[in-house]
Amino acid sequence: MFGIGVLKGMAVTFKNFVESYYKKERLTTIEYPEKRLAEKERFRNFPFLIFDEKPEDPRCVACDICAKECPPQCITIVRAQDAQGKPLKKPATFDIDYSICMNCGVCEEVCPFDAIFMDHEFELAEYGRFEDLNYTIDRLLKPKEHFMKIRPTDATRIEAELKKKENAKKAAAEKAAAAAKAKAEAAKTQASQVPDTKPETKPNEPAQPADPPAEAK
Amino acid sequence: MDQLFVHIDQAIIHWAQAVLPDWMAVIVAMKIPIVAIAIFGPVTMMYLTLIERKLLARIQNRFGPNRVGKFGLLQPLADGVKMLTKEDIVPEKADKIAHLLAPILIVIPALLVFAVLPFGRNMIAVDLNIGVLFFLAMSGTTTLFIFTAAWASHNKFSLLGGMRSVAQMISYEIPFVLSVVPVLVVVGSFSTVAIVEAQPGLHWFVFTPWGAVGFFIFFICAVAEVNRTPFDLPEAESELVAGFHTEYSGMKFALFYMAEFMNVFTVSALVATVFLGGWQGPILPSWVWFLLKTYTLILIMMWFRGTFPRLRADQLMGFAWKFLLELTFVNIIVAAIWYEMRSPLNHLTAAAILIVTIIVLFQFNKTEIPKKRIYKYAYAD
Ligand code: SF4
Ligand code: SF4
Repeated sequence: MFGIGVLKGMAVTFKNFVESYYKKERLTTIEYPEKRLAEKERFRNFPFLIFDEKPEDPRCVACDICAKECPPQCITIVRAQDAQGKPLKKPATFDIDYSICMNCGVCEEVCPFDAIFMDHEFELAEYGRFEDLNYTIDRLLKPKEHFMKIRPTDATRIEAELKKKENAKKAAAEKAAAAAKAKAEAAKTQASQVPDTKPETKPNEPAQPADPPAEAK
Repeated sequence: MDQLFVHIDQAIIHWAQAVLPDWMAVIVAMKIPIVAIAIFGPVTMMYLTLIERKLLARIQNRFGPNRVGKFGLLQPLADGVKMLTKEDIVPEKADKIAHLLAPILIVIPALLVFAVLPFGRNMIAVDLNIGVLFFLAMSGTTTLFIFTAAWASHNKFSLLGGMRSVAQMISYEIPFVLSVVPVLVVVGSFSTVAIVEAQPGLHWFVFTPWGAVGFFIFFICAVAEVNRTPFDLPEAESELVAGFHTEYSGMKFALFYMAEFMNVFTVSALVATVFLGGWQGPILPSWVWFLLKTYTLILIMMWFRGTFPRLRADQLMGFAWKFLLELTFVNIIVAAIWYEMRSPLNHLTAAAILIVTIIVLFQFNKTEIPKKRIYKYAYAD
């Protein structure tokens, strides 16, 4: 109670008070709506769906993996069908309920088609409790340029991988086409030696599916 | 400039005399200071809350309220609207009448004491010849309503807060009143105007030895009187939820708040009047000087709040009874000696006596730290 400690304490608070007016490190607050911190690239919030050229063709193939993996089960996917009732490789509905989503990023991790990514958008408050917080596909879809903008490192890596895969696929297709062509030509020229390639692959094929049942037992 | 408000007052009275019948003109003349105080008090309170929040924020390296209006200047209005629209909850077992009356009545003494404050030359609502006494008596009744509120709430935390408030009031009222006595001895009057006029120019009482000590005691007791940190035991939020106003919400709570802040203002104003020369001061208009001193003291109170932790109940009591009380007694005698002796000698004598007293009291009040015990074991040595 008595003594110099009282004055010392007051000097400390006075210093804090005065310095908060001109020292940056004293007053670290950023006045948010007007000023904001630069976004960190690895910041992740709510997921979005990516599309390459047109929003009608999202990358998502409606495989339902993310919906199954999502811990709070907030993704609802219905696969699109064509006129004949044949399932298509794209979603008809893709809803994420933001009131349930816990922003964990599991959906991004598990998607095998690099179709869903975590966004930087965090100002997601809404007036309605149910409809407004249910993000339908048209609100979720964003172009791949957006992804490139918010997370350049990840985007370049993933794009490069995709391109590699595509190139490989193309190369394989070309090879297959070339092979088929060659085969056809060969078949044309050597019409008598038909069963040439088929026996080579056949012994391998049954060996693979035979293993899992053996383990399961 | 100095007599600005006085001239406004007279202009209104002249106008009233010209336009209205005589009896109404008299009523208007009477009502002007009342209306002025009734507006000034609450507005001061509203903006004191803002100043306090801003100041504490800066002490804690934050911005404080800055969303409503420029620099948060409309924040008090927003708070007021919020308070008014809030649900008023009365506990089921509460004493309904007392629960309602306490917050209303607590504002009355807080407003009444404005009447005897000299805001500037000729700027006083009523120049009572017992002004200081009136002030002390009125501000003393605040505790009564705090206890009423505490009792009526039917809540143990409220009651504890109320009890603490009473105990604190009894302890601090004595040095509070006694520390003004030296001034009364020297001035020879209870009137606040006379006290201010006895300190012309820069001859404020705080520059005399007994005045400095008296100011120190009076200010500390004033802080304790209005229940502010570090003496805020009645509403200690970390111990008693919210102390005596635990069970209050909405406008009733706001009234308690209003009373507290108006008390802060009036008590600072009284300290400024009695020891800092009131509106006396060179160059600036008198009311500017008065407000300057008052607000300086208020800011110091807020600075205290930003700095000190709350006292323990026994420390609080001990400080009042074992230190302040003795010092005030000695101070009265010193003031009398100072008054009787001639100029250079009286300052020296007074200062010497006071310094010796303070040192002695310090020695007596030293907290005893028990020596570290050393255990001796049978097998040692
Ligand atoms: S987002 Fe990915 S995991 Fe989810 S359904 Fe579409 S393709 Fe499958
Ligand atoms: S971020 Fe997590 S919770 Fe949200 S949709 Fe993806 S998997 Fe579900």
